[in-house]
Amino acid sequence: MHSAELIPHLFRTEYRKIVSVLCRRFGFQKIEVTEDIASDTFLTAVQSWGIEGTPPNPAGWLYQVAKNKAKNHLHRHAILEEKILPEIKSEMHSDENEIDLSPQNISDSQLQMMFAVCHPAVSTESQIGLALRILCGFGIEEIADAFQTNKDTINKRLLRAKEKLRAKKIAIELPATTEIEARLEPVLTTIYLLFNEGYYSISKNKNLRKELCLEAMRLCTMLIENEPTNKPQVNALLSLMCFHASRFDARMNEQDELVIYEEQDTALWNVDLISKGGYFLQRSASGNTLSRYHLEAGIAYWHTQKADSAEKWKGILQNYDLLLQIRYSPVAALNRTYALSKVYGNETAIREAERLGLTENHFYYLLLGELYKEIDPKQALENLEKAFALAKTETETQAIRKKIATISHLH
Amino acid sequence: MEEYIVFMRLDLITKDAQPSPEQMQVYMKQYQDWVGGIAALNKFAGGKGLSTEGKVVTYGDVVTDGPFVELKESIAGFIIIKAESLEEATELASACPILKGPGNSVEVRKISQVHPN
Repeated sequence: MHSAELIPHLFRTEYRKIVSVLCRRFGFQKIEVTEDIASDTFLTAVQSWGIEGTPPNPAGWLYQVAKNKAKNHLHRHAILEEKILPEIKSEMHSDENEIDLSPQNISDSQLQMMFAVCHPAVSTESQIGLALRILCGFGIEEIADAFQTNKDTINKRLLRAKEKLRAKKIAIELPATTEIEARLEPVLTTIYLLFNEGYYSISKNKNLRKELCLEAMRLCTMLIENEPTNKPQVNALLSLMCFHASRFDARMNEQDELVIYEEQDTALWNVDLISKGGYFLQRSASGNTLSRYHLEAGIAYWHTQKADSAEKWKGILQNYDLLLQIRYSPVAALNRTYALSKVYGNETAIREAERLGLTENHFYYLLLGELYKEIDPKQALENLEKAFALAKTETETQAIRKKIATISHLH
Repeated sequence: MEEYIVFMRLDLITKDAQPSPEQMQVYMKQYQDWVGGIAALNKFAGGKGLSTEGKVVTYGDVVTDGPFVELKESIAGFIIIKAESLEEATELASACPILKGPGNSVEVRKISQVHPN
């Protein structure tokens, strides 16, 4: 790989390691310093590799430079350090200038950082922002793009989140074994949101979106590789993301437009990811935990079977039945009703759909339009018109217009 | 929105009335589809199925096996639902699939708060 491509790639994978290790070493109080050192390291790499060529062990080179920069920082701030040193000395390791960039310490630091960033003290939105910045090495502009907002907003949001973590004196450490289950919850939520940000984002940047999904899967894999956090729900989440990601290339066409499930070319589905999803789904089936991720992975599994079968829709319906008992959401309620129509027929589904009363939601009318299509085209059109009026994006209005045209044409 | 408890009563003692494992699977699916429908309305607040194992303690410290010594209608489980009125709760409960079996019943009761949360 040429250094021009290699550096952005390394930034994605190594930035978080450097920040995590340094931050764990210096404490959250110095998060900005560690971010500066890490960014500075990459700047040095750009300058030096451009002239001298890429070193044989690029990651090792980065660690060495980061280490030196960190030591210089410690040295430069010796006087300042002396004033606050007595306070933090006890927490420091034997050799205060030693920066440990061993694989073990890198992996430990990243995991601990994940739990610190996803601390309940920080708002969910900020957790994702921080995770993107610190754990995924995303630029402020990329984060702004992913959130469809501007750099200023993101900068402010990140600043506030860091202040909060400092003020609350959040330690960079793994939670105690007894707390792991509870603390995992927001970590998994952040990872899943990160994934969804990539999967469903309205951002036009396809590569960025894919990168978000892959980062989420990488973070989840780190939790699985660490025994205390290798819990059934973590495996279920990874399984779920694998199943979804398997369709990544099929659900976008050349013009970056969304291709609906029914029209996807299954040849573009990634079979490796599907079987990986199956593997982690199996691994998630230990113990008594039945999390939302188990159920969503179950649904996602059935969607990897393109052919319609009674078994498929019964399976999907059962999973939605249980999912709604754990966690209600309008989307799940609507999807369940669609599955219900596949199992019990449209009449039954219409009866249940009309009780949902999600009259602010254009997907509600889309569903009714779909259910009425065969039975009562006039009703179908009326519902689709309502959906059209409520639709929020250009892609959605286009899709609805197409449906309306098809039905009007047929009748 | 108030909470209502729905007790499901079935015959758990008559041997012939007991479903085969295959039937049981079908019943469980129907049951989950019913509860799923209530949950889809965001009106499900919890529930438990009950094992057939149990004891009954009556006046005079008499302990007998089984919660259903002389009753053909034992409580098989319960769910708690949210509803605007007893009428609405009853309507939701009346779709319970156990009511397809003769002799079975559901009992809908409004929950009143007597214990601290």
